[in-house]
Amino acid sequence: MSKASDKPSKPKIQEDRPRSFWQRLFVRKGVSGGIILPILAVFTALVIGAFIIAFSNMDTLAAWGNFFHSPLVAFSTTWATIRDAYSAMFIGAFGNPAEINKQLGIWLKTGENKALLAAIRPFGESLVLSVPYILAGLGVAIGFQCNLFNIGAEGQLYIGGLATALIGYSVHGLPWYIHAPLAILAGAIAAGIWGFIPGILKARFGAHEVINTIMMNYIAFRLTDYLLSGPMKSKGGIPVTPDVLPTAYLATLFPSPVRLHWGFFIALGLAVVVYWLLYKTTFGMEIRMVGANPKAAKYAGISVSKTMALTMAISASLCGLAGSIHLLGVDHRMVRAFSPGYGFDAIALALLGNSHPLGVVVASLLFGFLRGGAARMQSVAGTPVEIIRIIQGMVIVFIAAPEIIRGLYHLRSSRQQKKIAQTNISES
Amino acid sequence: MPPILELRGITKTFPGVLANDHIDLTLNEGEILAILGENGAGKTTLMNILYGLYSPDAGEIFIHGSKVNIHNPHDAIHLGIGMVHQHFMLIPVFTVAENVMLGVESTRAWGVLDRRTVSKRIGEISARFGLKVEPEVLVEDLSVGIQQRVEIIKVLYREADLLIFDEPTAVLTPQEAEEFFRVVHSLVEQGKSVIFITHKLKEVLEIADRITVFRNGRVVGTTTPSESTEASLANMMVGREVILTVEKKPAKPGEIVLDVADLHVTDDRHLMAVSGVSFQVRAGEILGVAGVQGNGQKELVEALTGLRSFSSGKVNLLGKDISRASPRTIREAGSAHVPEDRQSDGLVLSFPIKDNLVLNTYYEVPFAHGLNLNGGEIENAAKERVNEFDIRTPSIFLPASTLSGGNQQKVIVAREFSRPIKLLIAAQPTRGLDVGSIEYIHNQIVKKRDDGCAVLLVSPELDEIMSLSDRIAVMFTGKILDIIPTEKATKEGLGLLMAGVLSESQAEAA
Repeated sequence: MSKASDKPSKPKIQEDRPRSFWQRLFVRKGVSGGIILPILAVFTALVIGAFIIAFSNMDTLAAWGNFFHSPLVAFSTTWATIRDAYSAMFIGAFGNPAEINKQLGIWLKTGENKALLAAIRPFGESLVLSVPYILAGLGVAIGFQCNLFNIGAEGQLYIGGLATALIGYSVHGLPWYIHAPLAILAGAIAAGIWGFIPGILKARFGAHEVINTIMMNYIAFRLTDYLLSGPMKSKGGIPVTPDVLPTAYLATLFPSPVRLHWGFFIALGLAVVVYWLLYKTTFGMEIRMVGANPKAAKYAGISVSKTMALTMAISASLCGLAGSIHLLGVDHRMVRAFSPGYGFDAIALALLGNSHPLGVVVASLLFGFLRGGAARMQSVAGTPVEIIRIIQGMVIVFIAAPEIIRGLYHLRSSRQQKKIAQTNISES
Repeated sequence: MPPILELRGITKTFPGVLANDHIDLTLNEGEILAILGENGAGKTTLMNILYGLYSPDAGEIFIHGSKVNIHNPHDAIHLGIGMVHQHFMLIPVFTVAENVMLGVESTRAWGVLDRRTVSKRIGEISARFGLKVEPEVLVEDLSVGIQQRVEIIKVLYREADLLIFDEPTAVLTPQEAEEFFRVVHSLVEQGKSVIFITHKLKEVLEIADRITVFRNGRVVGTTTPSESTEASLANMMVGREVILTVEKKPAKPGEIVLDVADLHVTDDRHLMAVSGVSFQVRAGEILGVAGVQGNGQKELVEALTGLRSFSSGKVNLLGKDISRASPRTIREAGSAHVPEDRQSDGLVLSFPIKDNLVLNTYYEVPFAHGLNLNGGEIENAAKERVNEFDIRTPSIFLPASTLSGGNQQKVIVAREFSRPIKLLIAAQPTRGLDVGSIEYIHNQIVKKRDDGCAVLLVSPELDEIMSLSDRIAVMFTGKILDIIPTEKATKEGLGLLMAGVLSESQAEAA
């Protein structure tokens, strides 16, 4: 055997790094895991949702009852039901494009903006809804990166809202550029402390954060009830806090009735900050290392318990900000059913967004638009708003059980891909 | 009589890789065939084809001269093929009998398990092949060697005539390995045929009737133990001259670097694992710690690297007390650690190679300034390390999980050895590696010693300890029984110490 020719040649090291963010996302997770899977999950959920819409509709059911008499009617009625519901949802989410276009023309000609604002209001509402989604989603996602399951987002959101409301209505005489940030900061800090408690319980005593954050939720809800009916109650019969002072308001970007406020940009800004924290800082590296392999993190000299407790606090404080900013931008006071479950949906958003800040933002916009469209779907097409909940639920199921989607669309599983990559390298 | 197994032209490609390239192989009845090759040579792929886990792209399989198609493990079992995997497929909380019958349960009326029949059959198999086990003991209470016996019984219970062993001795102590070889011989005496996958040269020469050597997915030759030596097999495997003995100059011990005094460490169950260990390691020498696994070596290393707090004793590194110090403080004081379990302790497998190369230095200049990571510096350093330490990978951005075992270990070695270190603590640095990688890592360790680094080498492989160390400490039940200069050490003497047997002079000293 010849020695020279058999000597394995050394593979050339790839010099160029994967440049764009998208390339890196593809490289990191594989095409099917990174982008394609969530898109297909949403698409599939919408298709199944269409069937549920059709067959929860009385007219459609009646038409199918007469299937043998007039089969075409059954199909056309089904189609009409689905079309009406989804087009109502689309208009509810984005506004009516034709109307917006028409009013834009009028506004440019006459300067009359009332009708234009009414036309773009749905779009603004969807964005308003997405703000707490983005913030709480980021919070849960940063926890996921550290392998911490923060189920307490909803409670932390309430705590954030309470602290912000308190500073918002009780502190007088500050200019807006101090009052609003101070109120927001109060919410972040209060929620951060709230989340630090299960964090430290986990770090010190190994108490599971899932159990503890769930329990902390109940405490937060009942604490809210108590404060709203006692110490923080406004004058009058109903259990709400006084309105925050206008100096603490987050300004809206357009005149009424469009409620889109600056909080939207704060949320996007914080998404960038979270991205920077996770991927560009030493602390982010520590978070991800503890999440991926706590034993190796310990070996590398990282205090695993400290990192866990701090990450839990940061996660909670982002969830608290969801409450604070929503309160200062929209409601301006704390009420009992303050959140319709933003904090619980946030868990789904973090999953859907692959625990990546950009993914969370995209997923939050999606949920914002779904929710925005749901109300109109009910009022115009008569489709119950719960359908949206079902669609959201299916998206989550498909994300949590990706094999369903892979099987449906014949995608290669990540395990297979990994195996191939491994053999590629080890055998070359 | 046709051979029990014949493979003709088996070819298997994975995208971009030819894992098996026209493999021809025969196994005669009652024969022990060793398949030897480096990691990634295609041995396991071929066995997985034989066991029905992969289907070949081309080629034919003949059992007793008739052509067969094996689509899944069920077919393989039906044809009398049994496989004992490297990682045991046992359920720890089940008894031996329950594990053995799993999937082929004998039942009485109403589906009640017929334990008596199963136990009786296990007893018969035990007696016939010399595999002593208690059928009613829980598997979790058994040692690794006995667990392997249970795996073998499982295969025999399913009436396999052809047994495939994938790296069977990787997890065994030398004594357990001896016992295993005895079992293999008795299997063959009783008419079974055995395929034995390994990359350990000594074993092959000891046990095989014939040896087939794989390299890069091809059979490079078949030979017999009488015609070959360790060196000739290693050359066939690697495709070049391999130096099996480590060449090193005499040590020039300098100042004391590591000073351990009366160290007591408890294990996870709060039992004393290290009881009163004292030793010193000087600059420019390698102190080898020999001993059967589980005699406190793991806890000793963890205590010295700050990963485990200990009850009493003192540890000094270059005169600095590091008894209560954190892993980071100890590392910053000039200590490096190659951990025993590279995948669970030494690497974050999902992280890219470049991040694994700075896993414990990421926060230091130039990789970070304050809170900000300097991605460019991390990448540049990674490229340098990959070239310098010959880490085989197409890209530093791929996760460490894509690397072979040898290259994963090179990542750790590159990370730990490229710093200016005063003390190196290496725990089983070549565990599970192929000949080429072992040679490389041994040379790197000796190079560090010659550069004036103090080295503490912990390994259950006596050959490794004897060829690298300047002095050898033997650990037994948490104590160091004796420290012997290597030139005075014999394999027999160390073996006795490892079993806890002291000579008179040693007994006096201890």
